[in-house]
Amino acid sequence: MGKKIDQKQVMKVAKLARLQLTEAEIEEFTGQLIAILDYVEKMNELDTADVQPLTHCLPISNVLREDVIKESLGTEKTLANAPEHDGDFFKVPKILEESSG
Amino acid sequence: MNSSEYKVLVGLEIHVQLCTKSKMFCGCALSFGETPNSKVCPVCLGMPGVLPVMNKQAYEYAVLTALALNCKIAEFTKWDRKSYCYPDLPKNYQISQYDLPLGSNGFIEIPLESGETKKIRIRRAHLEEDAGKNLHSAGNFSQVDLNRTGTPLLEIVTEPDMNSAAEVRALAEELQRIVRYLGVSEADMQKGHMRFEPNVNLIITRAGSEFKTPIAEIKNLNSFRALEKSINYEIHRQLDEFVETGKTMEMGNKTTRGWDDIKEETVLQREKEEAHDYRYFPDPDLVPVEIKDNRLKEIESCLCELPLKKQMRYVTEYKLTAYDAGVLTAERSTAEFFEQTVAAGGEPKRICNLLTQTGLKLANEKGCCVSELGITPKSLVELTKMASDGEISATGATTIFEKMTQTGEKPQIIAKELNLIQKSDASELEAVVDQVFADNPKAVADVKEGGKKCEKAKSFLLGQVMQKTKGRANPRVVSDILAHKLS
Amino acid sequence: MKELRDKIAAGKIKSAAVTGAVFEAIKKYEPIVGAYISTFKEQALAKAAEIDKKIAAGERVGTLAGVPVAIKDNMCTTFGATTCASKILENFHSPYNATVVEKLLAADAVIVGKANMDEFAMGSSTETSALKRTVNPWDRNRVPGGSSGGSAVAVAAEMCFAALGSDTGGSIRLPASFCGVVGLKPTYGRVSRYGLVAYGSSLDQIGPITRTVTDCALMMNVIAGYDPADSTSVDEKIAPVPDYLEKLDEPMGKLKIAIAPKLNAGADKDVQNALADAINIYKKSGAEIIEIDMPHLDYAIAAYYVIATAEASSNLARYDGVHYGHRTAKPADYIEVYTKSRAEGFGKEVKRRIMLGTYALSSGYYDAYYLKALKVRNLIRSDFIKAFEKCDCIMMPVAPTTAFKIGEKVDDPLTMYLSDIYTIAANLAGVPAISIPCGFDRNNLPIGLQIITPAFSEYKLLRIAKMYEAQTDWHKRKPPIL
Repeated sequence: MGKKIDQKQVMKVAKLARLQLTEAEIEEFTGQLIAILDYVEKMNELDTADVQPLTHCLPISNVLREDVIKESLGTEKTLANAPEHDGDFFKVPKILEESSG
Repeated sequence: MNSSEYKVLVGLEIHVQLCTKSKMFCGCALSFGETPNSKVCPVCLGMPGVLPVMNKQAYEYAVLTALALNCKIAEFTKWDRKSYCYPDLPKNYQISQYDLPLGSNGFIEIPLESGETKKIRIRRAHLEEDAGKNLHSAGNFSQVDLNRTGTPLLEIVTEPDMNSAAEVRALAEELQRIVRYLGVSEADMQKGHMRFEPNVNLIITRAGSEFKTPIAEIKNLNSFRALEKSINYEIHRQLDEFVETGKTMEMGNKTTRGWDDIKEETVLQREKEEAHDYRYFPDPDLVPVEIKDNRLKEIESCLCELPLKKQMRYVTEYKLTAYDAGVLTAERSTAEFFEQTVAAGGEPKRICNLLTQTGLKLANEKGCCVSELGITPKSLVELTKMASDGEISATGATTIFEKMTQTGEKPQIIAKELNLIQKSDASELEAVVDQVFADNPKAVADVKEGGKKCEKAKSFLLGQVMQKTKGRANPRVVSDILAHKLS
Repeated sequence: MKELRDKIAAGKIKSAAVTGAVFEAIKKYEPIVGAYISTFKEQALAKAAEIDKKIAAGERVGTLAGVPVAIKDNMCTTFGATTCASKILENFHSPYNATVVEKLLAADAVIVGKANMDEFAMGSSTETSALKRTVNPWDRNRVPGGSSGGSAVAVAAEMCFAALGSDTGGSIRLPASFCGVVGLKPTYGRVSRYGLVAYGSSLDQIGPITRTVTDCALMMNVIAGYDPADSTSVDEKIAPVPDYLEKLDEPMGKLKIAIAPKLNAGADKDVQNALADAINIYKKSGAEIIEIDMPHLDYAIAAYYVIATAEASSNLARYDGVHYGHRTAKPADYIEVYTKSRAEGFGKEVKRRIMLGTYALSSGYYDAYYLKALKVRNLIRSDFIKAFEKCDCIMMPVAPTTAFKIGEKVDDPLTMYLSDIYTIAANLAGVPAISIPCGFDRNNLPIGLQIITPAFSEYKLLRIAKMYEAQTDWHKRKPPIL
């Protein structure tokens, strides 16, 4: 590590996170992120070569549900909180490029 | 450039929609063509606070398919989040599998036109949830329908082992047959149950050196026809591009091209500024799945004999033609019905003929399987036995078969009703033959003489006997009598 | 609260009267402390009347019948809005109830309102709320702690009899300790997270905030248990749910308590003294005190701020103005729907954590940050497992200080993060931990004692806590505004 995050990277990260930041915010965040990441690098003091990553503290696996149909919300309820809709679909400004998946 | 100067490499990425009743992580029903946004719940809508719970059937269907594809099944598998933003992906991440797919290192055998088979290696098979649909037809906005969001998908990735569009099509069709056999997917291309994304490139040999063209990934293929055509188009496009530009494959110059079904060409899609950073990490809302040996064996026991193997076995074991074997094994229900009838004592060739010529035609008309036509294997055996014994003619058998599907009556009864029982009593037929001889002395003389007129005269006499018996004489018995009397 | 519950059930007190009194208190104190984002007066009074009627008719009612409770505003309710104290969800009306809410309703509790919090539970002081300002009832110039500040204040100021909070890095325990009430973070997987708006999915737990340990046990009886809608909730075959009230008043004999002097040394003098006094009380009751070292706890904050923010960056990706929530007014294209809605809807702390988390997961940094943090997490959990081989429970402060002044830390994120130093490890290890009042500092601000026990041992934890509470009366003191 030892890599310092800079404003250019902050802008890249903001793009990935779909956040539109002002120039002032970028500057402020860059400084704060540098400080936080500096602190976080403390973890490098620990030798973890032989340690397994722990995603869960749970003593469980194989939580599976039976393939049973449950009632859906229905179109009206599904769209009830939608900022823009036409009664059938959610609406967004026209998407011009193909799916990014 | 002639064909010896380049080699085609195609790898396929296939998404198969599994036919579970409910979605992968919630209880909404799978749907097609339903009212927009009517099969959505807080979970698949990605509302605040919701959590996914894995569908057991989806997992088991996936394992079954991976087993059929000869994959190694991961004992321990987990779920990862794949992050990207798109309006049809409400959580803005897809739950998928990244580094521990549930199946890997398998293969699928495909039939080639030559009659041989070829093994195509499967790199990996994993489970993931589908996104919804975006529609761009209406004005200056797009519409989002989330009915499809959360549908279970099995993603299968092959190695670039296919060397022609025909091979790719063969794989696609074989895979469709397999998943339908296993009952894990309806695999209806029109409904988008199977989606194909080929990765195509060429190895061109020029002046003793090899050049690889950049890989192109093709999207938007909605039929096997489009699949085949797009690859052939792409091969020629890449050849032309290489001749013009000499561009070769480098890190990161893979392109994505969309297939235009109307113009029948691939089109470069808008260049994206940077490659996707999907930021995969293990989904903390889901726990791992560990499959123990005995559970794996249980699932394995649900495997059936796979279609290609079955097809080849019909040729060697029952001496059917490759074509007929293909027709019988196109659908599992037909093949099973065939096998049940053979097991009940029927003659394979006759059963095959009845099923392929008449049975499937009727089933198609009725929109059902041959096993649902109302004929049992036992009664079909009786019918074919009547034909083998000469009680009825082959044409008679077809007629009786059709009637059986309508009335469900036994073949013997129908044969009697329709007067299809052939006369096989030798003494009775001898009398008729004698009569015909008496009426046609010239023909008799022609036969006895031998030479060119002999065969024609024989057929004539046979025809006369058939006429006299109103077509009910057993032609074999008549031929024997004729041969005996005229020798 | 338990006494109240018993009296209501016996018909000795009317829930309508109690609920009415609660709303009188709200009328009086809310303008001062600002604990609630929304309240449901009509609905609550109606429910209270209904319960009273049922009881009078001798009908069966739930275990919390007629008791007014508050819910942190990051738990989905079909009534009112669920805002997470954020502009982006200010008008979000959930079509479903969180499982814990369903449980409260099934227990016939009277829901008073949705409590204020740090935005999306990201904070240690409730100062990052975009919708309301909450102050500490013990000193209005000081923070109530966070992120469940509203819940803790509502309980402390007697504007409800119990509340639900959520704890990802200390968000129940810290405000409980700053406000002089009891707050329990259950074992990860003990209480369903379905309907809890996710922040750090592998760390979040819902827990009770109450005035006494007994009340806490009663609440646990209502909310604990397996939920098929939550894949991370534990099946009762693996960890059965006991009756937390059973034998609660029976002291635990031969208690072995571990303390970590090196860690404690980082706390303020008054906090250290209060802790030492509390330990003495246990000593007098016959407990054995041992000293342990938990060498990896120093790295807990670092690991937490990578794991929690990574998970949060993914959990909050869904707030995009497309399907629900705030949408920007004039997006130039569909991408601006995302980027502008989020820029307008999220506060600074939320943005900061999303950025940090996105960075930690991004290509090239995953191994160095996220993967490393998961490994450190394993080491921290091992510290606990090793410690519990030698003791029944670990005791330490809840926070290095008492309630700090409003605005003191809000501009320096790192300093704010360091307030979590004692609480974070229990979330990383998934073990249960409670904060109970154990004294006051020289400024008459409450101090909390933190007790930590092994996974799924809340029954033991509550009994150990009760031992102390039975011998002291810190929990009976009331804040000056009352």
